[in-house]
Amino acid sequence: MIKYLPTHEYINVVDNDTALVGVSAYAARQLGNVVYVEAPEADEEFSAGEAFGAIESVKAASDLFAPLDMVIIEANDQVLDNSRLINEDALANWIVKVKILDPSQLDSLMDQDTYDAHCAAEH
Amino acid sequence: MENPHNIKKTCLNDQHRLLGAKMVEFGGFDMPIEYSDIVSEHNAVRTSAGVFDVSHMGEVRVSGPQAIEMVNHIFTNDVTPIANGQIVYGMMLHPDGGTIDDLLVYRLADHDFLLVINAANIDKDVAHILSQAKPYNVSVEHLSDSCGELALQGPDSPRIMKDVLSLDVDDLTFYTFKITHLDGQQVIVSRTGYTGEDGFEIYASHELTVKLWQQLMAAGVTPCGLGCRDTLRFEAGLPLYGDELTDTISPVEAGLSMFLKPDKEGGFIGRDAVATQKANGPKRRVVGLELQGPGIARHGYQVLDDQGMTIGEITTGYHSITLDKSIAMALIDSRYAAQGTQLLIQIRRRTVPAIVVKKRFYTPNYKK
Repeated sequence: MIKYLPTHEYINVVDNDTALVGVSAYAARQLGNVVYVEAPEADEEFSAGEAFGAIESVKAASDLFAPLDMVIIEANDQVLDNSRLINEDALANWIVKVKILDPSQLDSLMDQDTYDAHCAAEH
Repeated sequence: MENPHNIKKTCLNDQHRLLGAKMVEFGGFDMPIEYSDIVSEHNAVRTSAGVFDVSHMGEVRVSGPQAIEMVNHIFTNDVTPIANGQIVYGMMLHPDGGTIDDLLVYRLADHDFLLVINAANIDKDVAHILSQAKPYNVSVEHLSDSCGELALQGPDSPRIMKDVLSLDVDDLTFYTFKITHLDGQQVIVSRTGYTGEDGFEIYASHELTVKLWQQLMAAGVTPCGLGCRDTLRFEAGLPLYGDELTDTISPVEAGLSMFLKPDKEGGFIGRDAVATQKANGPKRRVVGLELQGPGIARHGYQVLDDQGMTIGEITTGYHSITLDKSIAMALIDSRYAAQGTQLLIQIRRRTVPAIVVKKRFYTPNYKK
């Protein structure tokens, strides 16, 4: 299951309480060439809506927001070392793996159709 | 924010939309920030060529018996020694030395000058020029609304000028221009630019500007947006009005003293202020910074000394496309401006170490 924030982070739930968090392909296209990703260390805890990192393209810096209450399991070192991977495949190249603290919060996030409509409306 | 209904369009606006450019508001104009992406447009200019719509730039013509005296009165550089067909760069200043704008002055004829000013400053500059011109026997014509401008930049641009636009430019060296004709219309062609590469700027009517643009597109020249215009000029250490120069930043502080001629006859507005700064050394200076940790220093980020005290702020910063490293320009307390000084940049919640370096990060390839 993949859900989205209006600020273009996705959360890809891989089992009951583990998920991969990154930015959407749409966001990657809007940012253009990603040159740097800033992510937290393992075991750091974030509340829904809190900035947990940042993504920088040539053009701009954007904060990354936590989709829900979560604890960092690990950051994706491959992406931190080569952030351009996000432009190639934003879904495969997640930024942090997290432990979901309250799965009920997933219900309030956007599903794919709602998110696609949200992106279309931004244009 | 600007009222969106007041946003101006250049004569090439339809062409940008046709190419699918991403458009942004800049200096009161609806302008392309990129067509494909900043990196490939930037690289095109460094390695082959690219063309920019710079029709948003303003043009003011000052002519008449006292044109030399009038231009010299408002301009920091000296137009007396330059020949017809030469161009000189400098600034217009407030009496306190703050910068009204930076500009190019083209000497069209003995008593005839073209001033090329920044889009965002057109209203301010024109008001200033008109008010300062009053005591002089000159005429001031504001040409911005009728003048299109293209910038063709990059090592292949001389060949493209000749092969695609049928403009012979062999006789032009850096900062010279000529007035020639295309389709029976007058055009000004200068060997100038804002990228750190060899290149040309072409001033023509709207109609002809569109035609030249279409010829360049048909020949496969890369259209380039304002995004890479900024990354290119930044690497070459060129200032952008609004970042390194503002109403409260003087050219001395910006490291542009070589474009001040305080000893020229009659001086210029702001002369005493900048002469004093130059003599005593400015309190602040624009420097180059190279980051020694991950992150990008954006405009407005704080610069700290190694004890964590704020000593200035970033004016422009990027991950340099040509040099593949994170660099910035910053306006800082001049006591910290020596090359090799170790500083910190506040990037969100972290501080990243940085070292003061020359702000000309990339050595320009001009045809002198």
